[in-house]
Amino acid sequence: MSSLGALQGEFFMLGDDACAEGALSAGCRFFAGYPITPATEIAQRMAYRMPQANGVYVQMEDELASMNAILGASWAGAKAMTATSGPGFSLMMENLGLGIMMETPCVVVNVQRGGPSTGLPTLVGQGDMMQARWGSHGPYSIIALAPTSPQDLFDLTIHAFNLAEEYRVPVLVMTDAEVGHMTEKVVIPPYDEIERAERKRPTVPPEAYQPYLCEPGEWVPAMAKAGTGYRFHTTGLTHDERGYPSTADERVHARLVQRLVDKIEQNRDRIVRTESMYLDDAEVAVVSYGIAARTALWPIQMAREQGIKVGLLRLVTVWPFPDQMIRELARHVRSIVVPELNMGQIVLEVERCAAGQASVTCVPHAGGGIHKPLDVLQAIRRAAGWE
Amino acid sequence: MSRREIRLSGFGGQGIILAGNILGKAAAIHDGKYATFTQSYGPEARGGACAAEVIIDDSPVHYPHIVDPDILVVMSQGAYNRYVPELRADGLLITDADLVETDEKVAGRRCLAVPATRIAEEVGRKLVANIVMLGFLGAVTDLVSVDALRDAALSSIPPKTIEMNRRAFDSGLEFGRRLIEEHTL
Amino acid sequence: MDSEDTQRASRSERVRRQELHLDGRDDLAARAERHPMDEMLREDRLPHIWCPGCGLGVTLTCFISALQKSGLDLDKVCVVSGIGCTGRVAGYIKLDSFHTTHGRAIPFATGLKLANPDLTVVVYSGDGDLVTIGGNHFIHAARRNVDITVICVNNFNYGMTGGQAGATTPVNARTTTTPYGNFEYPFNVSSLAAASGAVYVARYTALHVRRLEQAMVEALLKPGFSFVEVISPCPTGYGRFQQQQSGLETMRYYRDRGRLRSEADVHQAGIVLGGDIIEGKFVDLERDTFGQAQESGLKRAFDKPGRDGR
Repeated sequence: MSSLGALQGEFFMLGDDACAEGALSAGCRFFAGYPITPATEIAQRMAYRMPQANGVYVQMEDELASMNAILGASWAGAKAMTATSGPGFSLMMENLGLGIMMETPCVVVNVQRGGPSTGLPTLVGQGDMMQARWGSHGPYSIIALAPTSPQDLFDLTIHAFNLAEEYRVPVLVMTDAEVGHMTEKVVIPPYDEIERAERKRPTVPPEAYQPYLCEPGEWVPAMAKAGTGYRFHTTGLTHDERGYPSTADERVHARLVQRLVDKIEQNRDRIVRTESMYLDDAEVAVVSYGIAARTALWPIQMAREQGIKVGLLRLVTVWPFPDQMIRELARHVRSIVVPELNMGQIVLEVERCAAGQASVTCVPHAGGGIHKPLDVLQAIRRAAGWE
Repeated sequence: MSRREIRLSGFGGQGIILAGNILGKAAAIHDGKYATFTQSYGPEARGGACAAEVIIDDSPVHYPHIVDPDILVVMSQGAYNRYVPELRADGLLITDADLVETDEKVAGRRCLAVPATRIAEEVGRKLVANIVMLGFLGAVTDLVSVDALRDAALSSIPPKTIEMNRRAFDSGLEFGRRLIEEHTL
Repeated sequence: MDSEDTQRASRSERVRRQELHLDGRDDLAARAERHPMDEMLREDRLPHIWCPGCGLGVTLTCFISALQKSGLDLDKVCVVSGIGCTGRVAGYIKLDSFHTTHGRAIPFATGLKLANPDLTVVVYSGDGDLVTIGGNHFIHAARRNVDITVICVNNFNYGMTGGQAGATTPVNARTTTTPYGNFEYPFNVSSLAAASGAVYVARYTALHVRRLEQAMVEALLKPGFSFVEVISPCPTGYGRFQQQQSGLETMRYYRDRGRLRSEADVHQAGIVLGGDIIEGKFVDLERDTFGQAQESGLKRAFDKPGRDGR
């Protein structure tokens, strides 16, 4: 992998641009997209930067095409990405499923805006979090990350590529209009100092290669690159280890689906990342993600100054959900407050894991703006029994 | 320095957004502080009104938007009318002297005026009024160091226009310093 | 789609096995004599799901023969299909092959080709897949002149789901979803390709195999968006409503009404119920492919002083 075109140094950079630079630093050399606010700057940056990095930028006719193009590019051997927002994300759902079924590493960025429908093109929302988990049809597991700043967007975009390569899945970067359209300092390390994962390639000769056969004790099969003589087949249909359709045997289906789920769920400990602040003595915990977690820090500090023992658990990885961590948290705090820019999505997961051990309240927000600090402060005070 | 909130506003084409970006960059890159810059998008950002928000702090900026602005820079009457009521009572208002007429809405707040657009025309082009304004801001506030602001400005504009922008920045700075002296005398 | 797909597949396989009295026998392919095309097929995937009298086998034979004659490095040839009976070609041909979602083979193929220009990328799919649900990708890939070959097997209906009307179904044709006749005007698919910018457009019936094979060779070797439309019988889904109960009757129709007219105006060569089928090579022109245009355009941009060079 060449360092050609990679930036290095300190920049005062737009979140969307940081996302594009993160992708380039991760080794992404194929971007397909379609203009959509507030993700357009990612496409613009890629259109400008990809040729400098010897990569490919292509503007497709819609988001269905963008999603499929990155899948094709991934099979051709490229690290590939697309970026969109709510309406385009909805269009990508079917073929996100194809990516999951064919086990195709790629990264899909959703710069979330207010919805439903066309909603608020320029303003923030976090209303696609459940869609990220369940939006494509059928049973599967997925990885989704939620950044809080341009630097975080840079770092997590790299992380998303590494997870995609390691687990052979589409990885979702669920950012939002606030982070995407915010400009802050971004530090880009030297290209050689960035950790980059690469997908496992087959070591067996073509006649012995089965595209969906895993080594014993492993969940992720080796992926052949198109054009290297393996003459493999892959399909969106339920398939056996040879990649051949098998649409009449429910055991084959069960084996496949179980593995697609297990490769994520059984590796939770390695995938899930969270960040805690002030949780050691906390009686109230704020559990949040993305911009809502970041903005909660101010009211948390205000509440601390008022004497309320409150802390933050920020979900860096929203999917797979950190079940165990929330279960333990619920045993140690009396209540949990979940601010999010939707009418209550991740709070459902928190409630499920808390399972009555702690009271759970949502601080909903329809989107279009971020939580006012006093609204979150009030929720914390109530949760602490102060109001 | 604790959290400081600055709003720059005017109409499209005055370079308001670039000015906000430069101010944030000066703080975050050249002065080693934390800074967050956002701009208004959406219908209100088209065909006229235009605003940039900059938060500068010694510790990380958790909340990225203005809650209670310390400094308001207005370069159009419309921006003045819209944003002055939100300026905190002990906040600082900075206007383009020729483009904004203040009225009772100022309500006792500190107010400084600089003919930024006129100075810009004198040093070269109206286009650099935003850089004049930044020079002025460097003189009359302690948000960032003057060197940081100048470096940030000159590294954010087309290389061919460096000399004109340097003149613009220094003229704004000079005007601000003189104004401060007059005030203190 | 999948459950219908499965039902259709198992039904078709059952019909086939009954007709050939295969039940209770061992693997047919293992006992058959070796055939020159064997190495191009995934024998362990046979028998195929296509009905007796279907034209798809013929088109696949032509395609394999064309590949063998093309001189291309077959390790570098990728076949991408969408959903439908034709979409199953990707599963039978022993090349790197991708069976994608309904209508989306072309953008998938676009990604493959752009990310590795050394590949020869062929989209092999049906009319419903390519120009009905996937019509937008079809016209844009042609407009962009991305260097892929698209083979569209046009049987005027959705065969796999049981003979429904689509964007190619002729006016007045009866299908399972047009029981009183089709009241919509169909696409002339070759005309659509030509109007959208395809640099190579040819149409032949599944009867005219030599010409079809030659067109496939030319399309494979043609830089840019090359397109071959194959008019093909679907006795189960479509023919039975048009008084063509067997594939053979449809082939007779092609013999009687097929008209070789390479000089014909492709835009006047639409297909009507009971009418002539105009065949030929309608378009063969030179135009920079997307990749070539990109390369020369970027070179121009980067060679200019003051630009960020590579």
